[in-house]
Amino acid sequence: MRKILIATMAVMLTAGASLFGASAADKLKVGFIYLGPIGDLGWTYQHELARQALVKEFGDKIETTYLENVSEGPDSERSIEQLARAGNKLIFTTSFGYMEPTLKVAKKYPNVHFEHATGYKRDKNMSTYSGRFYEGRYIQGIIAAKMTKAGVLGYIGSFPIPEVISGINATILGAQTINPNIKVKIIWANSWFDPGKEADAAKALLDQGADVIMQHTDSPAAMQVASERGKLAFGQDSEMIKFGPKSQLTSIMDNWAPYYIARVKAELDGTWKSEDDWGGLKSKMVVMAPYTNMPDDVKKLAMDTEAAITEGKLFPFKCPVVGQDGKEVECKGGDHLADGQILGMNFYVKGIDDKIPGK
Amino acid sequence: MGLLEAIILAVLAASTPLLIAATGELVTERAGVLNLGVEGMMIVGAACGFGGAWLTGSTIIGALCGMVAGTLLSLIFAMMTLGLAVNQVATGLALTILGIGLSGLIGARFVGEKITTAPHLYIPGLTDIPLAGRILFGEDAFVYLSLALVIGVWLFLYRTRAGLVLRACGDNHVSAHALGYPVLRIRMFAVMFGGACAGLAGAYLPLAYTPFFIPGMTAGRGWIALALVVFSSWRPARLVVGAYLFGAVTILQLHAQGAGLGIPSQFMSALPYLATVIVLVLISRARTGGSTAPAALGTVFVPDR
Repeated sequence: MRKILIATMAVMLTAGASLFGASAADKLKVGFIYLGPIGDLGWTYQHELARQALVKEFGDKIETTYLENVSEGPDSERSIEQLARAGNKLIFTTSFGYMEPTLKVAKKYPNVHFEHATGYKRDKNMSTYSGRFYEGRYIQGIIAAKMTKAGVLGYIGSFPIPEVISGINATILGAQTINPNIKVKIIWANSWFDPGKEADAAKALLDQGADVIMQHTDSPAAMQVASERGKLAFGQDSEMIKFGPKSQLTSIMDNWAPYYIARVKAELDGTWKSEDDWGGLKSKMVVMAPYTNMPDDVKKLAMDTEAAITEGKLFPFKCPVVGQDGKEVECKGGDHLADGQILGMNFYVKGIDDKIPGK
Repeated sequence: MGLLEAIILAVLAASTPLLIAATGELVTERAGVLNLGVEGMMIVGAACGFGGAWLTGSTIIGALCGMVAGTLLSLIFAMMTLGLAVNQVATGLALTILGIGLSGLIGARFVGEKITTAPHLYIPGLTDIPLAGRILFGEDAFVYLSLALVIGVWLFLYRTRAGLVLRACGDNHVSAHALGYPVLRIRMFAVMFGGACAGLAGAYLPLAYTPFFIPGMTAGRGWIALALVVFSSWRPARLVVGAYLFGAVTILQLHAQGAGLGIPSQFMSALPYLATVIVLVLISRARTGGSTAPAALGTVFVPDR
């Protein structure tokens, strides 16, 4: 509901600007579609930080608009089209569920450039970008296996999409290097953002015997529950240590600013091309928060692993990767799984005693 | 702490905001006013409740701030629908949009801040009773207050003259008016009560559930509260059953997932809503004659002097 208001205001403002100010026409208009509120302290917040970095970098050369709280699915198509119609030449749609709507709008507006986060469909005016979050998850798996006393990890998933599933797999593969018998309990919130439900899920996992919590949902609720119970947890998307000063082990932080700046620069220079950018620890699109609340040897192990992944010496999905059925997954990327296999991952690796919902 | 006890405690906490908000809305609707703005009043209550608690360090002041904020917002609704006889459905929806926007504005400076959660009761002796002690005497005060609230509302509606008059306004405002009762004033108080309850329910989330404020943190609980009122067929006792049933299914589906029962999680997430629909069908089948909804619900009343 709120987005409609904001959208209307944005349209009115831009209409007003084009009537009264000629200077507005010279500026590059950049639009953003956000999934949650900018104050979610997680996923959307990180995109908002990058947008602010853009404004700081380019000043009055660009003009940015964002629509927040845009739910995924058909509703988002209208919002994306609104931005395109309002004269935005570069539009970032920042959630997986905007993939089809973005594609549709991109076909309708061939002169507008679109940037879709975490998807896999592209067009000549639609790029995709994402972070190799699974690299961070692998490190988290190692830390979790070292820190758990029960040998049981608790994992809060959002939706069973490849990005989340590859995260779960990477975690377990990392954990198995320390403890081959590590167990994981998985609860799907079926929501990216519902603090109450995320907290309930964290409580359920702890009550069932897990003692390290990791999440692929967007609020700090799980971290706060872990902190209250004196258990350990990993943050998500942004720094969450404030909500668990004695609980946060580390956090995978999304760092979109360098990419956004590069893309806007390309747009200004007229060199924008449709691309697929999948940056990880190396390109600093994925950054690990400081390693805290762990002994020095675990910290060193985590840092060494991070360095090895950054230098390209270690691949979380190095072959052989064995699926739940005990069969080896075909190795299409040489000595590790190919990017396409990770981006479309729809199976659990061996050692996960659960089923992907709906499969 | 055993698993069963943990589950019951989680259910109590999950059901409480629903119960408080739905009780308020029940009274509002019993007076004949349909206020669809519960979600909006809740989220403003959450923002103001957190703000109050963060600034003063007191849970009680936070709860009061939430109640006042919800009441103020409901007064806007009362002014529109009772004073100006505007359509209640449209005004209620607008109130939700307004509330979501307003809470973002109010809460902007609190985002990222943290408070301590409302203290859990501890009565020496009683709280230490195995199993039942933690559940009956060891939760935060809101949980027990919400039950007292429902009992109070039940007594008021069915055991006092004022309650009878309020119900009369909801069932036939013309007759109530003809008998000399100030229909609009009574409805205004009912709307304000609903607003205060919604504000308190919203404030419960940051005060006792997840001790931080994030825009949109009510995540649709206001709408569930509205559905619960229909579910209860406008009766306080059934409201308690409905709220706890909803909370129980919500929590149990999480536990079932964690235990790896292998039922698709999408189905389990839909379960609470499915349960609501089924119970609604059962209630309407078992009903003996006539609708249970207040007869004048949602209709505007303009007194002809």
